[in-house]
Amino acid sequence: MDVIGKSVPRKESPDKVTGRAKYTGDSMETGLLHARMAASPYAHARIVKVDTSHAWGIQGVRAIITGDFCDVLTGEEIRDRPILAKDKVRYFGETVAVVVADSEVSAKRAADAIHIQYDPLPVVNSPAAAIEKNAPLVHENMMSYEKAIGVASIPGTNIPSLIKIRKGDMEQGWRECGTIIENTVSFAPSDHSAMETRSALAEISPDGRIHIETSSQAPFAVKKYMGLYFNIEQGRIRVKTPLVGGGYGGKAAIQLELIAYLASKAVGGRKVKIVNTREEDMVTSPAHIGLEARVKLGCTDEGKIRAAEIVYLFDGGAYCDKSSDVARAAAADCTGPYAIEHLHCDCYTVYTNHPYATAYRGYGHAELTFAMERALDVLAEKAGLDPLELRLRNAVVPGNTSPTRNVLTASNLGNLQACIGRLRILAEWDDWKIKTIDSHKIRAKGISCCWKNSSMDPNASSGAVISFNADASVNVESGVVEIGTGTKTVLAQMVAERMKMAPEHVHVRIRVNTMITPEHWKTVASRGTFMAGRAVLEAADDAIAQLLRIAACVLRTDPEELELGYGKIYVKADPSIHIKVKDICYGYTYPSGNSIGGQIIGRGSYMQSRMTYLDPHTGEGRPGPEWNVAAQAVEVELDTREYRYKILKAISVIDAGKVLNPKGAEGQVMGAMSMGLGFAGRESFLFDGQGVVLNASLRDYTLIRYGEHPDYVVEFVETPCVEAPFGARALGEHGLIGMPAALASALSRAAGVRLNELPLIPELIWRLKAGMPHDSD
Amino acid sequence: MEDREGCQVIVNLRVNDEIRSAVARPADTLLDVLREKLGLTGAKPGCKNGDCGACTVLVDGWPQKSCLVLAVEAVGQWITTIEGLKDTPIQRAFIEQWAFQCGYCTPGFIMNSHGLIQHHPNANDETIKDWLSSNICRCTGYREIKDAVTSVLKEK
Ligand code: FES
Ligand code: FES
Repeated sequence: MDVIGKSVPRKESPDKVTGRAKYTGDSMETGLLHARMAASPYAHARIVKVDTSHAWGIQGVRAIITGDFCDVLTGEEIRDRPILAKDKVRYFGETVAVVVADSEVSAKRAADAIHIQYDPLPVVNSPAAAIEKNAPLVHENMMSYEKAIGVASIPGTNIPSLIKIRKGDMEQGWRECGTIIENTVSFAPSDHSAMETRSALAEISPDGRIHIETSSQAPFAVKKYMGLYFNIEQGRIRVKTPLVGGGYGGKAAIQLELIAYLASKAVGGRKVKIVNTREEDMVTSPAHIGLEARVKLGCTDEGKIRAAEIVYLFDGGAYCDKSSDVARAAAADCTGPYAIEHLHCDCYTVYTNHPYATAYRGYGHAELTFAMERALDVLAEKAGLDPLELRLRNAVVPGNTSPTRNVLTASNLGNLQACIGRLRILAEWDDWKIKTIDSHKIRAKGISCCWKNSSMDPNASSGAVISFNADASVNVESGVVEIGTGTKTVLAQMVAERMKMAPEHVHVRIRVNTMITPEHWKTVASRGTFMAGRAVLEAADDAIAQLLRIAACVLRTDPEELELGYGKIYVKADPSIHIKVKDICYGYTYPSGNSIGGQIIGRGSYMQSRMTYLDPHTGEGRPGPEWNVAAQAVEVELDTREYRYKILKAISVIDAGKVLNPKGAEGQVMGAMSMGLGFAGRESFLFDGQGVVLNASLRDYTLIRYGEHPDYVVEFVETPCVEAPFGARALGEHGLIGMPAALASALSRAAGVRLNELPLIPELIWRLKAGMPHDSD
Repeated sequence: MEDREGCQVIVNLRVNDEIRSAVARPADTLLDVLREKLGLTGAKPGCKNGDCGACTVLVDGWPQKSCLVLAVEAVGQWITTIEGLKDTPIQRAFIEQWAFQCGYCTPGFIMNSHGLIQHHPNANDETIKDWLSSNICRCTGYREIKDAVTSVLKEK
């Protein structure tokens, strides 16, 4: 292989270091109108009155809209969310009114001048509170909402979705167990905090066509759902997305686009721009899901886990968005990468008065992994086993079945034992797990394993077009959004590899325009290289076949006798007989002037095959093509006086199938580890007793900064996935998934307490050390 | 209601070795004027609150968060934005070391690093940390950024 496996630099690199790279918010034009929102200061309240009279007095105001402007309900699995709050607000920061004005300053001043009178309602401030008897209802009319297939709501409750996974026979399972433990974990919702806040522009042309520009991971989903919500033919909606400044799942939600559209509608279709402030991006736009979980595990005297009973209570917040689907993904992989024959899992999504949850890197897996791995540590301790040994003994292997009852193979699983084996060496696990450095410093390590089946809608598809330029270079068009993962560069590598050409001669179009770009359902779930990769390879094969046909004609032979490579098409048996690609890629002209062919344009598309919905009663089904596995470790140094700690080292060993671009892959994993450590160690919304978020700014919600990062160790195991291009597996999320569990494990070992909550702040450790009462007790 | 919008002034700024003028409100930040009035969108808003560093530019050679500077305050000073850097070692190093993913934080990091390299050509790890901890990158794990900066410092 020439190009695959090389660190080909990102195609858009020069733009990104010169300020030429354009993101949605960089669109400016004269005559553009600006929108700003008025947000709810309450987490749950009735809207009594909205008085806009003062706001209208501000110069430059062109429109003010409230919930009455549009009565459409939105949502992908459950249509439960008005675009602007109507009658009542359900979370702190919810949009109540939108002002459109000539300038952002006027819009902001007017938004601040809207007087909204509220009547506060009792607040549902945690998942546990949500399922209490007589809990206030976040949605009184839940059962009347339109729902997708497989969403089972429980009437009269705050439970929009319950997913059950059942396998084996629980009674028998527990009978086989010599050691049984139970453990609970919890963490509140948190934020994606992409450096680019979300933004959108909307315009409606006189014939009703809608033009959207948005910082989205899912422009094609925006097109689909806007068509659905507003009853407009999808062909009349065009969505454009330039570079996106980080997504991590958060920009797969459709929210600001809808507000921009209504705002444009309110001003006769003029172009309106809306950019989230950081505060709005954190609380008004959707967040990262929270969780409360209880895990009961049992193992035999040999350390074989035989039974697991799991309850996940996902904090979906005020509206469902993707939370029930995140919960579905978590339920499908609920055990983590362990073979457990007798399994009982109830996975609830609950409504609370918290910011609502959408996808977040890992899609439910960092969450389930935290719950499972913390329980595994307790089990190891009680059974007197080494934590790594326990994981190794129970690691899934080909022949086992998943919680969804799929038979696992080397191809659809990867090799977890190999990952654990490497981790054991890299972490020097057998040398020491805890050691005292001096009178007040202790070092300790913790580990975690994970897997993730990257599930998408069963009918998700991806398309690609490859067109030739007259100089024999090619243009690749794919609907993958460049959110920072470098996928378009990897796609170019695939094309270069397949067409045996230099990657510099493969040009990629970064921008997506749903009118001309072939669809790629959503740039989520690390599916870019798999699905778009398959599409691009098919397009390459199509283009090659066309080239060979023309060449066969010119060289008077059969296409089967020919091969493409290095700018030529040559006869396999005698490569000295050849024709240059550039002489035929725009058609071939004979000396007489007769011409044949035309511009070569290859097409390809890919749809995952044999995916199914899950059986609502047992969880049986096929959610995604492959599980990918990883083993991770974290080393910390704890100060035993203040309980502050440093993260010294973070290790990930991931089965990548095949590493397509080493620098790119390593960067993805390190970035994901950093995000996972941030989520585990410090990131969480801080709610007051009334559900108000107290830390909605980057000053109070502190992200990991330069110099706080650990030493990273990243290694890959390569067990090819047969269906995937070049065997490559998804790896953009795995770096994150095990970090919270591994960090909690290391800190628990260092401090000598069981840490089951996030974020892992010094105060939490201190409370537990001091024996103070705490939620998890 | 009184019309504060009406009050605008002409600001003459020295940006990237050019004199540029813009009509702006006295309350407009340098970041907003650079982006909206002068079309220099390389400096990015990430928080407009001094927390993220995405808006960093050089003012008389020193990194400043342009969301914390009023445009009128910057009159008479030399302002350099990412658009003013042409093929500098730090830009090349950011590409070579893969020091970005989405690229949104990159102009701010490059301007800050460029300032650091000019002022402290022998910066040690502690100094680098001091300077660069004012910026946030959510995509990378910072190691590549460290590699980029140290590779340029070593060359010097
Ligand atoms: S925008 Fe200036 S520091 Fe964040
Ligand atoms: S590269 Fe995306 S925030 Fe730094």
